[in-house]
Amino acid sequence: MSEAVAKKFMFVNRTAPYGTVYALESLEVVLITAAFDQQVALVFVDDGVWQLKKGQQTKGIETKNFSPTYRALEDYDVEKLYVERESLEARGLAEGDLIVDVTVLPAAELGALMAQQDVVFTF
Amino acid sequence: MLNIVNKSPLDRNGLDACLRIAAPGALLLIEDGVYAAVRGTSVEARVTAALSRFRVYALLPDLEARAIADRVIDGVTTIGYEGFVDLVAEHNACQSWL
Repeated sequence: MSEAVAKKFMFVNRTAPYGTVYALESLEVVLITAAFDQQVALVFVDDGVWQLKKGQQTKGIETKNFSPTYRALEDYDVEKLYVERESLEARGLAEGDLIVDVTVLPAAELGALMAQQDVVFTF
Repeated sequence: MLNIVNKSPLDRNGLDACLRIAAPGALLLIEDGVYAAVRGTSVEARVTAALSRFRVYALLPDLEARAIADRVIDGVTTIGYEGFVDLVAEHNACQSWL
């Protein structure tokens, strides 16, 4: 891969965890993309911000709790995590409620960031 | 009638349809529907207003999975799977607002 040009990939997460499989599938693709030495950024908007809520305990629904994986992303050099401010506020959430450190941006700044990407996937 | 909502009210309008149309009775929030039971969201006022017409329940395992069991709106009753079964048995019919 050393001669290949790294592209800027952005993964936009808009769905809550567990109710559908989108959040987990997004994480899988993120890790694969990072393994190919691409530049990876994650964005959490709308119900996607629930994916990062601290304190998930999934024993009662007999489903894998994949939220610790977000903490491991930096080991894969995935360090750009963005959350839309408006989405947090609509859900009564604050930055301190989240399981990882993120950059909170207003919608307009997030849109500008999206415009700079080579590839955008939404889940 | 036991009304059941399983989609997030911040993403889909199943809860709104239920609250607009359903006759007073019981409302059970399950799966992503439990986000309706959270304090401080843009949906809270609608749920609080509905408490005068509906007995509102939320499934605890689904709240715990989503890390929101500690911020449930006052007046919403949390129940386990046994309580879910009891509610189904108590009512003559169930309506799922998919």
